Amino acid sequence: MLLRTLRSAGAHLAAIAASLVMFVPVYQIAVNALKSKAQANGLGLEFPTELNWANFSTVIDKGKLVSGFFNSMLYAGGSSVASTLIAALAAFVLSRKRTRMNRFVYFFLIMGIALPINFFTLTMMMQATNLINSREGMIILYAALQIPFAVFLIYGFIESIPRELDEAATVDGCSPFQLFYKIILPLLTPVLVTTGILSFLGAWNEFLLPLYYLNSSSYWPMTLSVYNFFGQYSQNWNLVSADILLTILPVIAVYLLGQRFILSGLTGGAVKG
Amino acid sequence: MKASRYPIYFALPAVALYLAFFIIPSLAGIAFAFTDWSPYSDQVNFIGWDNFAKIFSPNERYLVYIKNTLVFTVATVVLKTIFALGLALLLNEGVKRLVNFYRVMIYLPAILPTLIVALIFRSILHPSSGILNRFLRAVGLEEFALKWLTDPNIALFSVVAVDTWKGVGYIMVILLAGLQTIPRDYYEAAQIDGANAWDRFRYVTLPMLTPALVVVSVLNVLYGLRVFDIVYALTNGGPGYATEVIATDIFKAFSLGQYGLGTAVSTILFIMLVIAGYFVIRLLERGRTQD
Repeated sequence: MLLRTLRSAGAHLAAIAASLVMFVPVYQIAVNALKSKAQANGLGLEFPTELNWANFSTVIDKGKLVSGFFNSMLYAGGSSVASTLIAALAAFVLSRKRTRMNRFVYFFLIMGIALPINFFTLTMMMQATNLINSREGMIILYAALQIPFAVFLIYGFIESIPRELDEAATVDGCSPFQLFYKIILPLLTPVLVTTGILSFLGAWNEFLLPLYYLNSSSYWPMTLSVYNFFGQYSQNWNLVSADILLTILPVIAVYLLGQRFILSGLTGGAVKG
Repeated sequence: MKASRYPIYFALPAVALYLAFFIIPSLAGIAFAFTDWSPYSDQVNFIGWDNFAKIFSPNERYLVYIKNTLVFTVATVVLKTIFALGLALLLNEGVKRLVNFYRVMIYLPAILPTLIVALIFRSILHPSSGILNRFLRAVGLEEFALKWLTDPNIALFSVVAVDTWKGVGYIMVILLAGLQTIPRDYYEAAQIDGANAWDRFRYVTLPMLTPALVVVSVLNVLYGLRVFDIVYALTNGGPGYATEVIATDIFKAFSLGQYGLGTAVSTILFIMLVIAGYFVIRLLERGRTQD
């Protein structure tokens, strides 16, 4: 009994140590965000001696965080909704009707999970479609890049919806689109939420595409604004911390609210059997 | 009637977007890899294998970038898998309560933007004032307080360590789910047969967990070969070229206007990943049909 208690205490200690190692950097940012410049540049973990709330208003003003926030919301929100719906539509027919051709289309699509982007020739494509250096371009690009993984996640889930529903709906006079929109889509809600959240976080955290394709700083998402802000203010670690904190707060909020869906999506997609 | 219930044009928007922004650029890239394409000239000339000859020439640094990419990939796969397996076992068997709390905490770094993780670690790994070296000095390990990101001999491993910190939670979540599918009876049966803790791990856990281990390793390989953000924001390939990887070199070629050469490097990456991707898809699908 004593041995078991000791073992359990040891395990908790190890788990707490691991959790701390994961949390300390975020904690460091949180305390430094409120420090004065002199104290923050010591890069320490101690509490701020005085609370400098003004750091936040400074970075919101100088770091272009408001426009950055709206750009990030627009890119992440727009692309995740678009890619999830487009992928659901495709996954529905590909999963239901498994002809040789449809199997090929499915494998061809999910191959995109592995493929790298060719930024040089993509530039030509963006110029040809007039999407370079534009907000629409970012949304469309992110949507296109998220489609392979979204199709993969949703395709597996559709198998769990009984086909009898499709037959009943067709007999009742549903067109294929009505069948999808009225019957299938509501039943897909859990996997759509998972896919949507993962796509949202993916697009929110990404900064390679804006780095390549957005020249105007007014179009920059938060990640790129932070990076640029860091370049200018790397001597003011309090301001950099405040900037970082405001950028990751939305991500952490989405994570804590949606963690059930996020973790189920990861495991559902990667391990089965 | 039956044929029209699942019309194939429903897949059209997905296929069209994917073709236009993924496949067509990549295939066109293969053609442009044999040219001297540059944004500063209207002329694009066919130059045969010149770009590839340059990339594979021992006088250039491209082979070093490819080597760095492979070292990064192998090191992160091994480290993430070992740590993630340890943590997953700890949460599955060691602690009985608060499992979800620990899981949420350990997964936390995985959802943070890589760029921001890199900026945070630039302060943590600062040679004089960073908290890592201050901690090492405080506990008397002065000689281990290194110049983590500016010493060319260790910079790549510092990048690997930061990436492991960020990615281990993701792998742990997947392995933990794999562990939870192993029936308890197997362990009980093994125990009755006299198996000790190591035997049970070796002959029950490991074989049952192999599919999940293969999947996470493969996903890590795909990530490692394409790695950009963490290297770009931590060291930007430096000091010198000590941490330069394929994707950061491609970005530099883009900035310098070396489109032909950059496309050739991209094409090599593309071919590596097509091969890797083929195996991944087979694995993912096998996992699914076994279900």
